[in-house]
Amino acid sequence: MNKFWKNGDPFVWLTGVALMFSLLMIAGLLWLIMAKGLGFFWPAGVTEFELQNDTKIMGEITAHEQIRGISGKSDTVEDKFRTQLKIGNRDLFGLDFRWIDDDQIVSQSEPKYAVVMERREWGNFYGFIKEITKNGAVICQGNEECWPKLEEDILVYANIYKQIRKIGKSEIGGINREIENYRLKIRGIELKGGNPEQIKQIEAKIADEENKYKEKEKELSVLYEEFTKEKVVMLSVDGREKEMALGNIVLAFRPNAMNWFQKASLYAHRVWGFVSDEPREANTEGGVFPAIFGTIMMVLIMSIVVLPFGVLAALYLREYAKQGTLVRIVRICVNNLAGVPSIVFGVFAVGFFIYGIGASIDSFFFSEALPNPTFGTGGILWASLTLALLTVPVVIVATEEGLAAVSQEIRHGSLALGATKFETTWKIVIPSAMPAILTGLILAIARATGEVAPLMITGVVKLAPQLPVDGYFPYVHLERKFMHLGFHIYDVGFQSPNVEAAKPMVFTTALLLILIVIALNLTAIVIRNRLKKKYTTSAV
Amino acid sequence: MATENVEQIMENEIENMAEERKAPVQKFEVPDPVVEVNDLNLYYDTKQALKNVYMDIPKNKATAFIGPSGCGKSTLLRCFNRLNDLVDAARVEGEVLIDGDDIYDPSVDITELRRRVGMVFQKSNPFPKSIYENVAYGARISGENRTSVLDEIVEKSLKGAALWDEVRDRLKESALGMSGGQMQRLCIARAIAVEPEVLLMDEPCSALDPIATGKIEDLIAQLKENYTIVIVTHNMQQASRVSDYTVFMYLGEIIEYNSTETIFLNPTNKQTEDYVSGKFG
Repeated sequence: MNKFWKNGDPFVWLTGVALMFSLLMIAGLLWLIMAKGLGFFWPAGVTEFELQNDTKIMGEITAHEQIRGISGKSDTVEDKFRTQLKIGNRDLFGLDFRWIDDDQIVSQSEPKYAVVMERREWGNFYGFIKEITKNGAVICQGNEECWPKLEEDILVYANIYKQIRKIGKSEIGGINREIENYRLKIRGIELKGGNPEQIKQIEAKIADEENKYKEKEKELSVLYEEFTKEKVVMLSVDGREKEMALGNIVLAFRPNAMNWFQKASLYAHRVWGFVSDEPREANTEGGVFPAIFGTIMMVLIMSIVVLPFGVLAALYLREYAKQGTLVRIVRICVNNLAGVPSIVFGVFAVGFFIYGIGASIDSFFFSEALPNPTFGTGGILWASLTLALLTVPVVIVATEEGLAAVSQEIRHGSLALGATKFETTWKIVIPSAMPAILTGLILAIARATGEVAPLMITGVVKLAPQLPVDGYFPYVHLERKFMHLGFHIYDVGFQSPNVEAAKPMVFTTALLLILIVIALNLTAIVIRNRLKKKYTTSAV
Repeated sequence: MATENVEQIMENEIENMAEERKAPVQKFEVPDPVVEVNDLNLYYDTKQALKNVYMDIPKNKATAFIGPSGCGKSTLLRCFNRLNDLVDAARVEGEVLIDGDDIYDPSVDITELRRRVGMVFQKSNPFPKSIYENVAYGARISGENRTSVLDEIVEKSLKGAALWDEVRDRLKESALGMSGGQMQRLCIARAIAVEPEVLLMDEPCSALDPIATGKIEDLIAQLKENYTIVIVTHNMQQASRVSDYTVFMYLGEIIEYNSTETIFLNPTNKQTEDYVSGKFG
């Protein structure tokens, strides 16, 4: 027995099993998220149930489970099943989801003409087409006749919707911004006690802008009229009628009449919509593009800040500081900083960056906008800086290790050729340590992308009206609040008014976040490996 | 225990001898000296590593430093390009003249000095760059950026280090992909690329196989036509093969300095004779 332990085989097994468990857990996590997340966009079939109380119910089957309950027939407690349906039609039924006991079901069918509509308001609609009207006149009737017309016209109205968005958001938004800028200028002049002549000139410009605004408003009202011209009258499964403007429909499809190929192309379309659209309905529907954009931009700003900062600090610690007790203490502190809970950094950032630096910036440069804060409130810059602070120990530690691994011989070789210490550090030591530095950056990115807690108090919001980058000077608006995938998951999953409908979104967003972390890391890893190849070919 | 005693006795003996010699310093006369060392003492904190070193190193000859480990050969060598400055605890007294200029004068530009005194290390230390960039490094940091000039320097130096034919087709490849002997010759090429007057070699062959060693030794024979070479070696045969003059050091002192022939065939000092004949060391 003793021999059995001594030869080490059990230990090999133990280590192997430990590794296997870790891998299984990771695989399980990914599998769960992928299974739940990827299926969301697949157009599920619509099923119609006839129940015992002579009512009809129709929707997508979303769950099927076993419960213990009192059976309807024999009044005894026994196992039975129930089914969850997404019935949509929130405007008619009040609830999107309904549980039905399986023993209540009389019959079930999959009606070929059942239409699923994604709407800009009220969530999905499940039902049948009764007729389409234009300017009040019926232009077609019935499922068969109206379907091609519906499909075609939805695209037309989607275009109009785009125009409305463009005018409403960017053009009128731009005019508003100009007016606001002029107002601030006037206020600035007034604060300085400037001359009324200047103010008058600016007021004239404001009047110009206001005229432009009125023109745009007119354009907009024309479009709105156009937008509501054509309406579709739908029949819900229980026979109620619902009239809605075609412009309010994002997407309509008949899942029961689609073949596999059509479903696949719709799937791709919806996935694309998810990553490229803005959210609708309190984030429970639509896309997550602003959150993707915010996450990536934040990580990039963080990288730009943390890399030079961490590398310089590590260079001083390793190359210039006299190695002694003080440096050792600093090093321990830096290492411990990496273990400080992230929310603590968030609290620090609120106090130091936002109320300290931000408020000072406001009072020096944006005093005319006060009391409305510009930098004195959460924004993408402060969030990025918070994360930079959070991850700087990681970069310092990795860089220091990289610098320590650069051999003394190489440094001496450079010095012996007449290079100064600075030239040696810059041309020999840093390039040699570059792979280690980038490893540090990879770890920093991985940590930063997944961080949510400190962001919630430094600038992340549920819904940001504008991206931090747009077409108006100065193009990059670092003071703006932004959306973030990690926070989006939390918001959709736990703060949503419609938790059941948002559940699949949680998984898809989580999947997306994982993919973005992987993509950012892969980029850094590819760069690192290229550098490694450049600097170290296999040498004996 | 026994060896310690022997060393102790020897040390005492040498101290006595040094005492005796102290009054009239008799430098070994060499023709056309480039480096002159006068009363050089070097301390690491309180420990004295070099004691009263007086020596001249002749121009365009190879001078070998031999002696047991820890006798101060490398320390003395590193005094010539002030690489000892990197050791915080090191303190130097006395003077080292190169072409008559005291290199320990505070007004001396160390980087300029190191360009005049090249060095090849025990362990080959190519930079993690391409072969070309390794050789061009010295010229680049002196501010030379013209490609044509750099090309010329690289070719000339690689030819000078007998490496050109082996690497001419892969100048842009990493220097770390070369064999050990090639790397060491690359380091020699890198050192001669800045055209130093003196080339210091600190046990340049100790990590190489006999064939690579042979190549480097041939190279040293060629190089001494243009450069003054000072080589530290543990290998007595190597010293006798490549050098014109040999210095035997022990415990931080020069015991004997003479032409290589005399040191190996007819040493005047008993310790030198014991060392070169392999009786101790």
